[in-house]
Amino acid sequence: MVPSSLPPHPDRRNFLTKAAAVVIGGVVTLIPAAAGLLVFFDPLRRKSDAGGFVRVGTLSAIPENGVAQKVQVLKTKTDVWNVVPDEPVGAVYLQRIAPGKVRALNAKCPHAGCFVNFKPGENKFHCPCHDSTFAMDGQILNPKSPSPRPLDELEVQLRAPDGTVTPDGTEVYVKFQNYRVGLKNKEPA
Amino acid sequence: MKALLDWIDHRTGSKKLLHELLFENVPGGARWRYAWGSTLIFCFAIQVITGIFLWLAYSPSSQTAWESVYFIQHQMWGGWFVRGLHHYTAQAMTVLLALHLMQVVIDGAYKAPREINFWTGVLLLLLVLALSLTGYLLPWDQKGYGATAVATGIVGIVPGGGYLERLLIGASTYGHHTLTRFFALHAGIIPGAIIAFIVAHVYLFRRHGLTPKLPKKKPDAAFWPDQVFRDAVVCLAVLVVIVFFNIRSHGAGLDAPADPSEPYPARPEWYFLFLFQMLKLPIFKGHLGEIVGAMLVPAVVMAVVIAMPYIGRTVRGHRFNLGFLWASLGAMAALTYMAMNDDRNNPSFQADVQAAKRQAERVIALAGNGIPTTGAITLLRNDPLTQGPKIFALNCASCHRFDGHDGLGVVSKEAIKGADLKDFASREWLAGLLDPERVDSLHYFGGTKAKGGKMSKFVKDDVAGFDALQKAELVKGIAALSAEAGLKSQKAIDQRDDALILEGRKLLVGDSLTCVDCHEYRGVGDTSVAPDLTGYGSREWLIAFISDPSHPRFYGARNDRMPSFATEKILTPQEIGLVTDWIRREWYEPNKP
Repeated sequence: MVPSSLPPHPDRRNFLTKAAAVVIGGVVTLIPAAAGLLVFFDPLRRKSDAGGFVRVGTLSAIPENGVAQKVQVLKTKTDVWNVVPDEPVGAVYLQRIAPGKVRALNAKCPHAGCFVNFKPGENKFHCPCHDSTFAMDGQILNPKSPSPRPLDELEVQLRAPDGTVTPDGTEVYVKFQNYRVGLKNKEPA
Repeated sequence: MKALLDWIDHRTGSKKLLHELLFENVPGGARWRYAWGSTLIFCFAIQVITGIFLWLAYSPSSQTAWESVYFIQHQMWGGWFVRGLHHYTAQAMTVLLALHLMQVVIDGAYKAPREINFWTGVLLLLLVLALSLTGYLLPWDQKGYGATAVATGIVGIVPGGGYLERLLIGASTYGHHTLTRFFALHAGIIPGAIIAFIVAHVYLFRRHGLTPKLPKKKPDAAFWPDQVFRDAVVCLAVLVVIVFFNIRSHGAGLDAPADPSEPYPARPEWYFLFLFQMLKLPIFKGHLGEIVGAMLVPAVVMAVVIAMPYIGRTVRGHRFNLGFLWASLGAMAALTYMAMNDDRNNPSFQADVQAAKRQAERVIALAGNGIPTTGAITLLRNDPLTQGPKIFALNCASCHRFDGHDGLGVVSKEAIKGADLKDFASREWLAGLLDPERVDSLHYFGGTKAKGGKMSKFVKDDVAGFDALQKAELVKGIAALSAEAGLKSQKAIDQRDDALILEGRKLLVGDSLTCVDCHEYRGVGDTSVAPDLTGYGSREWLIAFISDPSHPRFYGARNDRMPSFATEKILTPQEIGLVTDWIRREWYEPNKP
């Protein structure tokens, strides 16, 4: 910049012009920015997948000796614009705990979301990430476990082949739901 | 606050920088005409802001690009508005660039020592046009795909251009890598270059100062606040225009997903139309002509523009520059007008545009239910309403008609050789078939071997002589037979007439109507003379019929000339299903508000 002579400094009478310049300049930048932020916040208005009951298999597939059986959960998955039927969305461990009663535990560790393994010989669950161990009912076993809560138990229904809910049902349905990790309480993800 | 500013200033020299930015000398005081450059910076800022937010939701691949843009446009909060801002600001930028260039040439602002600044400006113009071109493809809709394919195809016609084209589109045909490359160019490489050149452009502009409009009316003044105020007001006006266009058209358009197997009336964006039209001129016909028109002419024009600072030194140079600029702009305007006028007066182009619009509306309605991972194009390919008429026109309409036309609305002058299948198997359709006046009309048997045949004789002799009771029975029989089809359009009346239909079923096998003398119906009678009426017009029946009308269940050896579309492998099972569903009017209807 090589102006021949420095321009005179503006005086205070220019206040209105200055204010108008700042306000208009602000408005014209704010409009695209605000509209963009609205798009950015769009995910906040979308509800998480409601956890309806899904069929995960037959009762006969679960061992009678109380050992946990891992099964995949297939359900219609909505991924922004995609809707995919019968998509594996997670896994549960199923155990028979009494005649006509099945327990389902989400295979996701409540600490950091790692996949928990079942140790058949030791009858316990083990998380490979931070060595948490859980009992068959999901309770925390080792006192040093970093997990804030037991494994997440899910609601189970036994249904007859025609779909009616009955303790004699042969089809196992689970209300599949992931919960937010790292929290003391179960909060749907 | 002051302490903090001092602290920053001490370490960065921010005060001096701000002072330099704000107190630049404006020769002759602030003027509205000095604002054009600032509007371009402003437009670029809008593009960066809206572009980043669009980037946060965009997914560049051939199965997700259209889908993510659809989601932005039709599902996300304010998505259409942000996308529309981006779209219309791009157009505003092109217009403002032209104005800026005109102003620079008119004022002679390209003259020494401002040559390099002028050249950076010309480069910026080209970079912005490159942004337009790359951005046009990103939605991966028919429009962007068609137009961009033409542009990259032109690259391919010069010697060695094949390699260049392949490098540009990332493969031998358009696909994922075309999108990733165009996206990287559009959102990274080109904007980065633009920022670098804007910095150079503004630095050089500041170094040499404004080219004053002489004579100066007022004494020199500082940039701040008067000129800043004027710039802000002009930017506001630009934004108002952009927002006006955006709201008026509810954002930028989104055509059906790119499909190279579908015809589409491809046209470039309006500011490239002149190039498109130029290549249609007779002198640019042929391979060499195309190279000259698409490469050489624009290159010569650009070369002259780049040489303007030198041409301007000579005695009449400045006038030549002005004349050249006006002539070029005039030619562009004339070519653009010609292109638009040609299209406006071209009914087949207009029909194609309407068809493309319907296609776009249809796929957007279907996408509301979710899109399969194979992409939205699958929605259209599996949609009876979209595919049925096309399959019908191509395979059925050489004999049949649909409401008098070929399915796509074209009325053929050729003789009709088969029945008109609109509302096939509905009560109304069957009543016509069983009407002595109409059975041998072209609507039914008129063009077929069955004209004057057994069924035709039965209708014209027996039905014509029916007494009142038989006529009432016939109505019930028709209701029962039509109910076999289970048509969606008759669902309500079929339910209402439940009892009547039950009665009609008995009458169909009774002695009064004598249907089963020739036909089979629900296990009574046989099909050695005429087609099976069990499930008549149902999806299963119609698919089986189209698949093989010469099957004993239908016409057997008595078949006139209808091909066995499945057995002869003329149509795939999927295509037969689609045309069947279309004839039966079974397709997804979005809930209308």
